[in-house]
Amino acid sequence: MTQTISVLVENRAGVLNRITGLFSRRAFNIESLAVGVTDDKNISRITIIVDSGNNVVEQVEKQLNKLVDVIKVRTLDEKKLIGRELIIVKVSTSTKTRQDVANLCQIMGAKIADISSTTMTLELSDTPDRVDLFESLLRPFSILEVARTGVIAVQKGSGKI
Amino acid sequence: MKIRATQAIMECLLEQGVDTIFGYPGGTILNVYDELYRYQDKIRHILTAHEQGAAHAADGYARSTGRVGVCFATSGPGATNLTTGIATAYMDSSPVVFLTCNVTESTLGKDAFQEVDITGIAMPITKATYLVRDPNDIPDIIREAFAVAAMGRPGPVLIDLLKNVTGLDVMIDYEPLPKEEHQFHGRLADLRKRAGWDLTPPAPNSDDVDKLVELIAHSEKPMLICGGGVVRSRAHEEFRTLAEKLDAPVAITVMGGGGFPGAHPLTTGMLGMHGSRSSNMACDNCDLLIAVGCRFSDRVATDPAGFAKQAKIVHIDIDRAEIDKNVKTDHHIIGDARQVLQMVNDRIPSYQHPAWKEFVFSHRPKAPAESDILTPYQVLRTLQQMCPQDTIVATDVGQHQMWSIQHFHFDYPGQLITSGGFGTMGFGLGAAMGAKLGNPDKTVLHMTGDGCFRMNGQELATVSHYDIPIITVIFNNHTLGMVHQWQNLLYGGRFSQTDLNFAPDFVKLAEAYGVRGRRVTNQAEMTEAVREALDLGHAYVIECIIDTDETVRPMVSAGKPITEFLLD
Repeated sequence: MTQTISVLVENRAGVLNRITGLFSRRAFNIESLAVGVTDDKNISRITIIVDSGNNVVEQVEKQLNKLVDVIKVRTLDEKKLIGRELIIVKVSTSTKTRQDVANLCQIMGAKIADISSTTMTLELSDTPDRVDLFESLLRPFSILEVARTGVIAVQKGSGKI
Repeated sequence: MKIRATQAIMECLLEQGVDTIFGYPGGTILNVYDELYRYQDKIRHILTAHEQGAAHAADGYARSTGRVGVCFATSGPGATNLTTGIATAYMDSSPVVFLTCNVTESTLGKDAFQEVDITGIAMPITKATYLVRDPNDIPDIIREAFAVAAMGRPGPVLIDLLKNVTGLDVMIDYEPLPKEEHQFHGRLADLRKRAGWDLTPPAPNSDDVDKLVELIAHSEKPMLICGGGVVRSRAHEEFRTLAEKLDAPVAITVMGGGGFPGAHPLTTGMLGMHGSRSSNMACDNCDLLIAVGCRFSDRVATDPAGFAKQAKIVHIDIDRAEIDKNVKTDHHIIGDARQVLQMVNDRIPSYQHPAWKEFVFSHRPKAPAESDILTPYQVLRTLQQMCPQDTIVATDVGQHQMWSIQHFHFDYPGQLITSGGFGTMGFGLGAAMGAKLGNPDKTVLHMTGDGCFRMNGQELATVSHYDIPIITVIFNNHTLGMVHQWQNLLYGGRFSQTDLNFAPDFVKLAEAYGVRGRRVTNQAEMTEAVREALDLGHAYVIECIIDTDETVRPMVSAGKPITEFLLD
């Protein structure tokens, strides 16, 4: 099981370093981490996915709360969150396989971002499970490159952290 | 008003009531030292032999006075030499502000001479680090740094100023602000708005206190642990009241020394790996264990899964992150030890537990045997009998540390200064200097071993130069005693690299620094030496020759339950 932790931090130099440093020092494993600025340019949101075993989430949350640069920490309810990840994947294609890849994109709701005589570059923004599925379905076409952003998430409904 | 940036640094230190700084100058911090020259009537600077000594001294000053310690160092090696001292302060929650300078903005990141990313290096061993690139931030950042160091669970912070920020022609706006006002201005005001960062500790939850009161009412075999939090929050009186009302045995952790009177009839002594039989047996048989300001370290809860398993464990701590970190507890109260204990004391009647106490104290150890060869016990007993009762004891790390804590009695917070968490050899001398300068009226002992003394012994130069009258007691067993003990018990007597028979003549070494010294080998000589040291009124080194195979007893192996004694 994984857990999604949303952290609002001061948008200052060294803050990300401090957060990731905390994870390595306390031996917490990060499955994914995504950072971006919020509507307030002084504040960044970090979305962290951790393995939820062994009381880790509780410790992560408490330790994060001790950092001066951390404004808010919230563990999001997995059933009540909108979590999305962006994948960009470049696959090797020929005239024969191009249509199959295009079909797959249509089924999965992915976009074709770029195309060349021998490759297609696809993008999909979806839940991590669907992104995994998309990646595995593309594997038979020989994947050349993959870039994933890591999950970003917010709570459903009117609540905010 | 417009003043020099460096002047603002000094003014901000004065706002905090800083009167003593420990440090060592260098290239990038020259401007700050130039300003310090102008402020020498207001701020005393102690030049140590090494930056590590300065760090430990600031730490010792902080621990013994309860105020924030201050330490200066230059960039690069000056800054990295602080790191052991910073980590020592961090592990033992000691409030120290470290101020370093770095290279100028134009050379930052270019691997300039003596450049190092000290804010990066210090991140995991500080509560916060600040890299100051804009001189206008100086007052705000210094005010925040001092507040962060002292608030909640105290600890070290580091401020790194770029050299150009401290330029002597750099003028900034500075408005004097009394310390109490700081929290309503600038960054501190923002910080204050956030949960968990209130400058005054949050009031303990009343329902949580009631639940403890109920647990106490149902307990027949209660026990207390006095941890470092009792010392840091100066909650010794409230703790004593609780112990006496509960009529419960009290085990004291290494960091808790001074939180509860060492000779009190309810004291069972130290707990854990070198804990007394009474402490460890009580812990294993109690039905309610109330731990105040302790973190169940692996030296206390040697076997965390089985630790006091039969008991309801209640944890009182100011740091929420300590709850259930090492040992799973049944109930907890978040808050300052003093406030929490006050609330508990107000809500409980007095109890009597004669049968339980009789069981616990039936495990008292025998008095050590007398010997013609000097024993650690004789050394400690002599010191205890001859030194004033409020003598401050600063220790290094190892056997002498455990003996000192086991045998001395500490009666008030700040009386024992020891590196409990980080276990820093070489901590003692610097710490003793800081303690003496912060408490000029008290006798200060520096307990050390032959191994530890060689690590920062050069601070005798500082002791001598500033005429800091501390008494150094070296337990010379010609070996790295604690490691020797483990090798003897757990490594088949293979004494790998622990023989220290190639040490210098410590008495001559002391004399070379201008400090009187004496070597003692028996009880009578020891008594004479202590008399001489106390009468002298200057620093003094007593080298006590003891047997190589002296051991710290009792002993429980790492990872084993605390009642499985390897040594009785």
